[in-house]
Amino acid sequence: MQDSKWRILTRPLIDDNPLTLQILGICSALAVTTSLDTALLMSFVVVCVLAIGSGSVSLIRNHLPHSVRIIVQITIIASLVIVVDQVLQAYAFELSKRLSVFVGLIITNCIVLGRAEGYAMHNGFVASTLDGIGNGLGYSLILIIVGAIREFFGKGSLLNVQILIPTSQGGSFEPLHLMLLPPSAFFIIGGIIWVIRRKRLQQVEKPEFTLRQMQEEAE
Amino acid sequence: MNALLELLLRSVFLDNLALSFFLGMCTFLAVSKRVDTAFGVGLAMMFVQTVTVPVNNLIYTWLLAPGALDWAGLGDLDLSFLRLIAFIGVIAAMVQVLEMTLEFHVPKLHRAMGIFLPLITVNCAILGGSLFMVERSYSFTESVVFGFGSGLGWALAIVMFAAIRERLKYADIPDGLQGLGMNFIIAGIMSLGFLAFAGMG
Repeated sequence: MQDSKWRILTRPLIDDNPLTLQILGICSALAVTTSLDTALLMSFVVVCVLAIGSGSVSLIRNHLPHSVRIIVQITIIASLVIVVDQVLQAYAFELSKRLSVFVGLIITNCIVLGRAEGYAMHNGFVASTLDGIGNGLGYSLILIIVGAIREFFGKGSLLNVQILIPTSQGGSFEPLHLMLLPPSAFFIIGGIIWVIRRKRLQQVEKPEFTLRQMQEEAE
Repeated sequence: MNALLELLLRSVFLDNLALSFFLGMCTFLAVSKRVDTAFGVGLAMMFVQTVTVPVNNLIYTWLLAPGALDWAGLGDLDLSFLRLIAFIGVIAAMVQVLEMTLEFHVPKLHRAMGIFLPLITVNCAILGGSLFMVERSYSFTESVVFGFGSGLGWALAIVMFAAIRERLKYADIPDGLQGLGMNFIIAGIMSLGFLAFAGMG
């Protein structure tokens, strides 16, 4: 059964989000979210790579021998990432320095390979490109939320514009330094997953073992 | 010698790939249900990392770095933009060679690592290790130490994480947090614990 185009684009936003449900591409999502501008840049880059990557894998899918498909997919993705990396170094040098190795790591970001292998290999060009954009946007959504929370509470600013004045400059806002450290990213994503699963009950995972008391109550 | 020891400790604890740089998170969350599988994947990771980082270091310094081709009379050639694709190729090839050698010579170890060895090719911690090696311009000896240390740190983290998850199987967790949500929070708390090592620097 074919999904409608709109559905392909919007489903990965919440119902089938790559980060909170498919467990794809978590590595980079956590590392680049200390401030909103790096999160935005990373989102943009990933959407581009995903859309073009999925699209081109889908174009050659019928000519690709099964045994070498992974290496071909990786080569396509790696070439795209090299282009993106060079462009970023040319036009946004400061930001690309702050993203450090994480632009290169888009190659091994499981979202790109996962969507290429799981979707683009079986679907047409338009659907695959839309699926790439949709998954990229779903990834971006989480990235932007986490980035905004971390920058706002960690520095009192958004996109480097100071909103709350910190106590060190005579204001009344005490920056939460924990927000700038790695653990906060884990906590915030854990929280986002909790919120989404409160609303989308079908995503809740079944516990492996239930307490006997609970079972008896249920019966 | 002291500097190397410091680098080793630093890469195992303070700059832990999994908990401070979030590398290899997908594998970290996906195959940590049981301690013995976590041990297998940790071992494979340590092995591959110790081999690939130094090999990539050699390739980078002798072929790709700006001016590296001086020995071939091509001193003004800068191939460093090729490093992403070269590294991933080296990693894939090394993993393949490693798997065949282990299967032939040390079948016991090969069985312990199981299917995780090929999976590791697309693990971002491996590529990340090589990229960090370039970014921090390690020498060859340093890259051996860094490769081993970062692999060990990752293995340590995943074994501890799996142990905590095994204990939590019987815990009564709120519905929405069941599974993935709880894993994130455990990893967060562990990462908070590893931050304590920052004070030792």
